[in-house]
Amino acid sequence: MPILTYREALNRAMTEEMEKDPNIFLMGEEVGHYEGAYKVSQGMLAKFGERRVIDTPISENGFAGVGIGAAMVGLRPIIEFMTWNFSLVAIDQIINSAAKMNYMSAGQFPIPIVFRGAGGAGGRLAAQHSQSFESWYAHIPGLKVIAPYTPADAYGLLKTSILDNNPTIFIESEVLYGTKGEVPTGEFYIPMGKADVKREGTQLTIISWSRALMYVLPAAEKLAKEGISVEVVDIRSIRPLDEEAILASVRKTNRALIVEEGWNVAGFGAQLAYLVQKEAFDYLDAPVERVTQEDVPMPYAANLEKASLPSEEKIIQKVREMIK
Amino acid sequence: MSQPKTKKDTQDLHELYRQMLLIRRFEEAAAKSYSMGKIGGFCHLYIGQEAVGVGAIAALEERDYIVSTYRDHGHALARGLEPKSLMAELFGKKTGIAKGNGGSMHFFDKTKNFMGGHGIVGGHISLAAGIAYASKYRQDGAVTLCFFGEGAANIGSFHEGMNLAAIWKLPLVMICENNHYAMGTPEYRALSVKDVSVRAAAYDIARDHIEGDEVRKVRDHVQFAIDRARRGEGPTLMEISTYRFRGHSMSDPAKYRTKEELEKYKQGDPLIKAEKELLQCGWSREELDGLSDSIQSIVDDSLNFAEKSEEPPLGWLHKHVYAENI
Repeated sequence: MPILTYREALNRAMTEEMEKDPNIFLMGEEVGHYEGAYKVSQGMLAKFGERRVIDTPISENGFAGVGIGAAMVGLRPIIEFMTWNFSLVAIDQIINSAAKMNYMSAGQFPIPIVFRGAGGAGGRLAAQHSQSFESWYAHIPGLKVIAPYTPADAYGLLKTSILDNNPTIFIESEVLYGTKGEVPTGEFYIPMGKADVKREGTQLTIISWSRALMYVLPAAEKLAKEGISVEVVDIRSIRPLDEEAILASVRKTNRALIVEEGWNVAGFGAQLAYLVQKEAFDYLDAPVERVTQEDVPMPYAANLEKASLPSEEKIIQKVREMIK
Repeated sequence: MSQPKTKKDTQDLHELYRQMLLIRRFEEAAAKSYSMGKIGGFCHLYIGQEAVGVGAIAALEERDYIVSTYRDHGHALARGLEPKSLMAELFGKKTGIAKGNGGSMHFFDKTKNFMGGHGIVGGHISLAAGIAYASKYRQDGAVTLCFFGEGAANIGSFHEGMNLAAIWKLPLVMICENNHYAMGTPEYRALSVKDVSVRAAAYDIARDHIEGDEVRKVRDHVQFAIDRARRGEGPTLMEISTYRFRGHSMSDPAKYRTKEELEKYKQGDPLIKAEKELLQCGWSREELDGLSDSIQSIVDDSLNFAEKSEEPPLGWLHKHVYAENI
């Protein structure tokens, strides 16, 4: 099976879909001549030309709106935000226009659009360039929210998102772009709303997604050496959410820990904790717990940044407490 | 010396007058129904501004697109959307143009390329640029007309939309309906330069600025901008000066302006102007009264239809949150 990086997998997904459907185009800052700030669109301008790989000025609100308008009349835009941090100036368009247009018009104007780009924390980028916004977008009915961890998931879920007739928030992790993984040859699509058990276990379920799994999976390996068997559920798709897979795992292991890179207050993990206690309360041998980013803007100092994020150590510590 | 105009010369004005009168009567009926509690939410009336929407939309072809604001009743009627389904929408009924999901600020009709009333001031300007972008992408020859108020000219979406439309030479005509008040804020307290169309210079696009009380003049000026857009010569920013005779919305008594000011503008009522001209050109009082009666009956029918229609079934609450995938 071929090994691809996360960014190559995303590139392959977009390229294949654009080859099939002339209504699909890619638009964003530096996606064309620069070939993507994170090189996700490498080679695409040469392949598809300036009509379909479109560089924009720095004006997220404007080009997000342009994408939505184009989607209203049947085009299928992929809008790249250089990072999700910059999507905040476009959030009015995403929420007030993209998410609601189909509802406000009673089904006359579906918005088949993908907003994608680099998200997440890390890299010592400090407070304005290092934050996770999955929870913000997951709050909004009308949006779908996807955050893949592996190259194969990134590929299969992006292809599905491009074909979906709804606005999709596709949050890539900038830390993951260079990570490698097996991506089967031949086209495949991963349905939204399907979690993936990334590791089987019996004593505790860790529910997580995207880059946080970089801490979760090694932590689970180390815990296994201590004789603690952890199951890891990668939800992959935040909206729609695979509630059944989460609950099935918790009912099996009787313990649930949620690990997310974002902030804890009103974070998506709070919703997951609610789900687990409501639907699997009788199965729980310990309170549902969370490991999240600290409740602070991201500091620049290397030691403080590390201290603010979830880590293997924090996860291991929390699991030990829960198993006691 | 030019010949005096005849009925034949003013057939077009008669039709535009008919549309303006329909808007006026429809809005009066909406105001009354709002006062009776039959219409909820915000209800922003277009009374006084009719010549702008009617004149501008008269210059469009069927394939062209219209993007409107939260003050969308007039634009919708001028585009030929069905008065019954618009009134039913105001009443929140299942027979409404958006099946009761949209209300006053969110009229949509895909069959007429009526791309919505939008409630976030100025947010729709970049959507309009996107629709125009799609026309350029597909080379379908359509032009997008976007209405907004002068209050929208200060928000980022306006400037970003203008810049993108300019660099990509989009087939877009942006019409600032300057009614001089952004809700209760007069233009002199909000606009650094009073004439919004002057901002076109900053984006190196065409501009135009006219008074909006003569419907045929509006049509002809907008036609010029539309033709230019269709020829691929890029967007135009127009300012059409107008005035709303009512408050910002039904809940606004408009105490921020004087009676004298209102009276002054009422002298320039676009309907009275058009009516005078029609009478001068050979239309009889009886003919115009007959027209008025026929319009009143259309409006009455729409009220009856809205009254008698059912509310949307509760089972529709979650319908349309997501579009189905095929």
